[in-house]
Amino acid sequence: MLRFTLKRLFSLALSLIAASVVIFFGIEIIPGDAARLMLGINATQDAVDALRVQLGLDQSMVARYFDWASGLLRGDFGTSYTYRVPVAEMMQGRVWVSLPLALYALLLSTLIAFPIGIIAAARRGSWADWLVMGGTQLGVAIPNFWFAMIMVQILALKYQFFTAGGFPGWEDPALALKALTLPAFALALPQASILARVMRSSLLDTLSEDFMRTARAKGRSRRGALVNHALRNAMIPVLTIIGLQFSFLIAGAIIIERIFFLPGLGSMIFTAIRQRDLIVVESAVMLLVFAVIIVTFLVDITYALVDPRLRRRR
Amino acid sequence: MKALLKMPGFAIGFIMAFAFVLAALISFFWLPYAVDGVDIANKMQAPSWSNWFGTDQYGRDILSMIMMGGRTSIAVAIVAVGIGVGLGVPLGLAAAARKGGLLDEIIMRGNDLIFAFPALLIAILITAVLGASALNAIIAIGIFNIPVFARLSRGAALSLWTRDFVLAARVAGKGRVRISFEHILPNITNLLIVQGTIQFSLGILAEAALSYIGLGAQPPIPSWGRMLADSQTLVSLAPHLALFPGAAIVLTVLGLNLMGDALRDHFDPKTRRERQ
Repeated sequence: MLRFTLKRLFSLALSLIAASVVIFFGIEIIPGDAARLMLGINATQDAVDALRVQLGLDQSMVARYFDWASGLLRGDFGTSYTYRVPVAEMMQGRVWVSLPLALYALLLSTLIAFPIGIIAAARRGSWADWLVMGGTQLGVAIPNFWFAMIMVQILALKYQFFTAGGFPGWEDPALALKALTLPAFALALPQASILARVMRSSLLDTLSEDFMRTARAKGRSRRGALVNHALRNAMIPVLTIIGLQFSFLIAGAIIIERIFFLPGLGSMIFTAIRQRDLIVVESAVMLLVFAVIIVTFLVDITYALVDPRLRRRR
Repeated sequence: MKALLKMPGFAIGFIMAFAFVLAALISFFWLPYAVDGVDIANKMQAPSWSNWFGTDQYGRDILSMIMMGGRTSIAVAIVAVGIGVGLGVPLGLAAAARKGGLLDEIIMRGNDLIFAFPALLIAILITAVLGASALNAIIAIGIFNIPVFARLSRGAALSLWTRDFVLAARVAGKGRVRISFEHILPNITNLLIVQGTIQFSLGILAEAALSYIGLGAQPPIPSWGRMLADSQTLVSLAPHLALFPGAAIVLTVLGLNLMGDALRDHFDPKTRRERQ
């Protein structure tokens, strides 16, 4: 297990380095000069040059990359060109909107998908199975921003169960959660549909295994065999999908945040792109990719814990 | 094809998706109303016999807009799949042909790297870098199709390389490139068609999302995602503004997914036996 973990840690580090290179150089080719944009078109060339020196934009791209990357290691995300405040400070408040939103959506997706996936598999071919299969097929096809618009119309504006947008902050956790519920639900819908289908097919696979017949022959009830033998074995593909979904949720959150006017990382990235505040874009994207890579790593480790056979592979 | 159309899932999906493809094609020759004019007197009309889906805030016919928008969505998604197949499949075949080699290693690590990025986030960045347009949306979506097809064709090709008929071809003196294209590729076509259908529907969704946030096709080119974005502030006054473009996306994607599922069942010998 230790060997496996070390190996995965090594590839984790490699992925992070590769990602940082791609992100930095990919974004630096955005046309437009931050210094020129900040000072306006009437500024003299001298003033722009002076600001470029001050922001460090006069250095070569490679030098700036190492500056930025070594800063990241120390938890220093650079200083925003536009606002002259540390990027870490700008992200701090916003992370506590985006991350809870993604996790809330992940939780909802799991809570919805598990029971309906299990019911569909346990009662294969019944009307419940058909309903789940049809409903999830639809859930995958609905764009979540459209679903969000409809829910805002019905649940927020017409019946006022939820707020239509904005975020009150975490001073009152109940209010904050209420503000995040509709966005999280919209975000969770397609993921829950996918997860339910994976749960169903994975469970169906295990239900047809020999050990299930043995368990029933030993006298276990259908339900007992399902819960104690099949579920655990069906979990591996489900775990994979949950890990993958985090990446979708993080990216989907960017769009959903816009619909609900949530002050998360997504809206910050959009504003920063417009202002050519590249250091903010780079650091925020790096943070998101970092989160995805870490989650993938944790899922890999969890597998190895659940299934010892996987430790020896690769 | 005939056998496929007898499967209810495929037939229903085909009708749904094909209706929108057909509508988009017809829009090249004929539209119920022109969509480049503004007719304020007729703005935000509810659906009626003269405007089946109603009119938008500029008085444009929504049915005509959806037909025109279908062109954008479908073209973007198809070309993006084409990029994925055109670049991903040769890469995957090359990786499989020299399994464990340097090329294989580079291709697979590159794949892993792209998968580590949330697709939509990078699509947003790419369109931000290159500027918002339908073409850049194609590039952004297409890039993510490359590793999908590379991984799929590598995996499928690897198992074929161990088969006797490939061995026979090698004994006959055929090179790796020739074997890849003459023997491996024809045997993975089914898989590619299934995946292509799925990526097509994902492409429609991605294009809609990009246009919705203003990074896809730019005005005056209509697109389903932007119609939804435009309707957002007016939707409580005129729900049909959001209803029809959204339904167009859902039905097309649903149709393609149903087709994809049916195709997979059809090509998969395991499930085929089950059905018979």
